[in-house]
Amino acid sequence: MSTTTPSKLEKILAAGHFAVTSECGPPRSCDQSIVDEKARLVGPYVDVINVTDNQTAVVRMCSLASCIRIKQLGFEPVLQMTTRDRNRIGLQSDLLGAGAFGINNVLCLTGDHQRFGDHPTAANVFDLDSTQLIQTVKRMRDEGKLLGGQEMAEGVRPQLFIGAAENPFADPFEIRVLRLAKKVAAGAQFIQTQCIYNMEKFKLWMQQIVDRGLNEKVSILAGITPMKSVGMAKYMKAKVPGMDVPDEIIKRLQGVPKDKVAAEGVTMAVEQIQELKECPGVRGFHIMAIEWEVMVPEIVERAGLSPRPEVS
Amino acid sequence: MNYPVGIRIVKLPCTGRVAVIHLLKALEKGADGVFVAGCMEGDCRYQAGNLRAKKRVAYVRQLLQSIGMEPERVAMYNLSSGEGPRFAEISREMAEKVRQFGPNPVKGKGVRKEKAA
Amino acid sequence: MIMAKPKPIEEIINEIKGFDKILVAGCNGCVAVCEAGGLKEVEILASALRMYFGNQHKNMQIDEVSLTRQCDKEYLAEIKDRIGSYDAVVSIACGAGVQFMTEMYNTKRIYPGVNTCFIGVTEEKGVWTERCQACGECILARTGGICPIARCSKRILNGPCGGSSNGKCEIDKDVPCGWQLIYERLKELGELKRFEEPVSPKDWATSRDGGPRKLVKEDSQI
Repeated sequence: MSTTTPSKLEKILAAGHFAVTSECGPPRSCDQSIVDEKARLVGPYVDVINVTDNQTAVVRMCSLASCIRIKQLGFEPVLQMTTRDRNRIGLQSDLLGAGAFGINNVLCLTGDHQRFGDHPTAANVFDLDSTQLIQTVKRMRDEGKLLGGQEMAEGVRPQLFIGAAENPFADPFEIRVLRLAKKVAAGAQFIQTQCIYNMEKFKLWMQQIVDRGLNEKVSILAGITPMKSVGMAKYMKAKVPGMDVPDEIIKRLQGVPKDKVAAEGVTMAVEQIQELKECPGVRGFHIMAIEWEVMVPEIVERAGLSPRPEVS
Repeated sequence: MNYPVGIRIVKLPCTGRVAVIHLLKALEKGADGVFVAGCMEGDCRYQAGNLRAKKRVAYVRQLLQSIGMEPERVAMYNLSSGEGPRFAEISREMAEKVRQFGPNPVKGKGVRKEKAA
Repeated sequence: MIMAKPKPIEEIINEIKGFDKILVAGCNGCVAVCEAGGLKEVEILASALRMYFGNQHKNMQIDEVSLTRQCDKEYLAEIKDRIGSYDAVVSIACGAGVQFMTEMYNTKRIYPGVNTCFIGVTEEKGVWTERCQACGECILARTGGICPIARCSKRILNGPCGGSSNGKCEIDKDVPCGWQLIYERLKELGELKRFEEPVSPKDWATSRDGGPRKLVKEDSQI
């Protein structure tokens, strides 16, 4: 597979390695040191670092600024972009900014409704959806054109490896594969999935993707989030939309002493990665250890994915 | 059967016929309280008229609350048509409650309305 | 129909409390259908206001009228001769009616008595739900007759998003996922092909985003 951009993620995948990505949630203030801290913690253990974009509609330092900072520190960022807060003018503008600072990865998302966040009275935008954002990035990169027709010369176009998210566990199940096919048709090159707990369902989804040959066109990175506590597992099962947490997960965590639950959660995450390495179509792992980034190095090492391969 | 003197009875085939405006008008014209006496729930002669009346009473109570009047001046009661003594009992109960609130403050105030053209 | 709901009476009282003569004006159009601004609601509002101001020892005259519609000049003209005698009018028509009355009687204060909410339908008596966002470019033919702009909380055109759960929208489990409805309908119609093609960005210039809109039908103009 030849590469379309200078993206390290793309190169790792093209070389046939498992990719490892993680994420960083920027602070709810101007405290740059938080970005620095998280980046330095996970950076050496992953190929690229996602920076979330006002995740759950909560105002945080913008993803673009944080991505630029991460690049300055010597790591490679993934710019996450939702279509909730900016129209096509703002989105393309940010993409030009990303390109100007040599950011090579973008994850195109629709975004959680603002009702969930700290500004539920805000107007939402949704001028575009995630599929249309994918189309937009591809057009800017490959044709050098903005949606309005403006052309950019070669050499000054954003060189972005295009990603999207998929949730194999949302309803209805049969649509999930169709949706993925649509995003691939629009230009998605890598997918990061919602965090997986229901392995059977995930493997079923992967099977359908392989049956349609989609895995040849797009690289699927399995989402992994270690459970920190029984409370977290129960919360995710009951309160997070589109999340599928089987009872066995909760039972297993309940079956160990309280002070060992977190360690058990990490072990389970490592076991998942080991199991999914064997799953056809899985090309890597997206480790989302929300507010628990400190565990990422251990997970990557124990899963046998460290050190990360060098690519040029 | 003994019930308080100041009760004005309005007969209807079914309490489902009671509209919100009837309850408001009664109070506007100076009644200290209004109660709607309907069949027992589940026994409405015309299926669910008494349930509709119940909702309308609830709505008027809310409205009274927002204009600063005691919501309990309007009430819904359920009894069967044969229960004479129960009717008397309800009347006494309502009269006593309303007496505690005092006379309807609307009484005697010069709020005017011309007939609509 | 345009659906509206009554404003909290405290809000209305706050606007008119300084006046002596008020007319409550209803509309027998859309707002009568959703039981917020028709003749019945005029009577209820006027009665409640009279009681309130009476209790406040305020000598106030509150009259009632309901017009066929407030969005047509010929009906608004019906109160031309009596409106002069009032200090203000509480119109419980939709926002369009309130504004049109203001334009016709521009020396008179006209206050809104309802909150205008959406273009919708009567699902059952007492329950009204939104169906149309007046985007100006109807795509219902492509979505099996179900509108993603009105019925998807994120108005996306390549839905559903990743947040739907049991066929319900992530924002509220009583809100059906618009895209699930569309998917099921297209499936029933054997038109799933429509579902598989990416839809390009919408031209929002025909909707509110393009500015206040106007329609002219020349063959109807006198």
